Amino acid sequence: MPETTPSQTVGPYLSIGLPWADGPDVVPADEPAAIRIHGRVLDGAGEPVPDAMIETWQADADGRFDHPDDPRGAVASGFRGFGRCPTDPNGDYEIRTIMPGSLPGPAGGEQAPHIDVSVFARGLLHRVVTRIYFEDNDNSGDPVLASVPEERQGTLIATKTGEGYRFDIRLQGEGETVFFDV
Amino acid sequence: MSAPAELRLPRYRRDPEGTHPPLDSAGYRSTALRHPKEPLIVLPHLLTEVTGPALGPGRIGEFDNDLTKGHAGEPQGQRIIVTGRLLDGDGRPIRDSLVEIWQANAGGRYRHTGDRWPSPLDPNFDGAGRTLTDSEGRYTFTTVKPGAYPWKNHDNAWRPAHIHFSVFGSAFTQRLVTQMYFPEDPLFSQDPIFNSIPDEKARQRMIARFDLDRTEAEWALAFQFDIVVRGREASVFEDEEDEH
Repeated sequence: MPETTPSQTVGPYLSIGLPWADGPDVVPADEPAAIRIHGRVLDGAGEPVPDAMIETWQADADGRFDHPDDPRGAVASGFRGFGRCPTDPNGDYEIRTIMPGSLPGPAGGEQAPHIDVSVFARGLLHRVVTRIYFEDNDNSGDPVLASVPEERQGTLIATKTGEGYRFDIRLQGEGETVFFDV
Repeated sequence: MSAPAELRLPRYRRDPEGTHPPLDSAGYRSTALRHPKEPLIVLPHLLTEVTGPALGPGRIGEFDNDLTKGHAGEPQGQRIIVTGRLLDGDGRPIRDSLVEIWQANAGGRYRHTGDRWPSPLDPNFDGAGRTLTDSEGRYTFTTVKPGAYPWKNHDNAWRPAHIHFSVFGSAFTQRLVTQMYFPEDPLFSQDPIFNSIPDEKARQRMIARFDLDRTEAEWALAFQFDIVVRGREASVFEDEEDEH
């Protein structure tokens, strides 16, 4: 059986090949339920990371995926579910999406609404993965959040702002974001 | 409502130790302030992780897999054809899936404001391409062989020639960005990015194979590069995740 190809960094010039004009638009501008998620990627010195890219993957508002491996049956919603945004010179990113629905979890439980995030950058030899939860949802029964030490759970929770939600990503150091081994 | 039925989900094999580079890799200086210091927390493969975006159709332009076209003239350099298959770790092709590449020109210069070393830009080469795999997981690009280029990581540091590849697989767990290298590059020995892969055999899987059969007479050399993303574990029930 073939063995996995190793990961390598995107390097400093990912902007040549990866960004799409509509990458940050998980939903179009006229989507009435659209929310804005924005934030900054920071390094271990607290400096912005201007050559990173984040990617998001999420369920639709009903907690469904337009994907054959959703055992509840794929929904042909046309919902892309995927967002991609390079950071700007200030290390900022922003995507426009909708609030995902809650999802079934293990053992008949439920997962709170969440978005999976991959972060790529020069200096990251492999993507790092995190999850966005939302402060105005009930996250108390979420099994993944519960697996994170309590004092670090806050790094996974986007805060409500006047303009949507803020989710900063700290690659290292004080308040380091929780990253997952996928 | 009755109790929800257990969801039967695929689960993906985690890659053997040494397959991927450590996030903290001292030889590659940019990792110093960018690697997490806290341990990673195991994420069970639940619905969000075993699904993923289906991207591509409608996103690909006519010449997007031929980086030598779309300009007034031909780019400088050795024309090459790069072909391969996108497979999972069980040898199954990943069909109709987006493959994106970017690279330096034949002189080792990227079309990017951050790349200022004194090698010329080529007005006929941008260095970005994308395509979809076919029904057997195959992809093809026509491009020019990228040059090596200097970087400031260590004294007289040079990156071996490489093409950046980005693939999605069919699930979030399979997302992969890598670099394709060329056979017998004399710069491997001093490159901390290539050598960041602990397992020697895994490292070799990033090197394309010269493919005489695919060369085109009087036209182009050819290289073959298969990209493998993880395969699935035998069927399991989701609540077995509790054992983590």
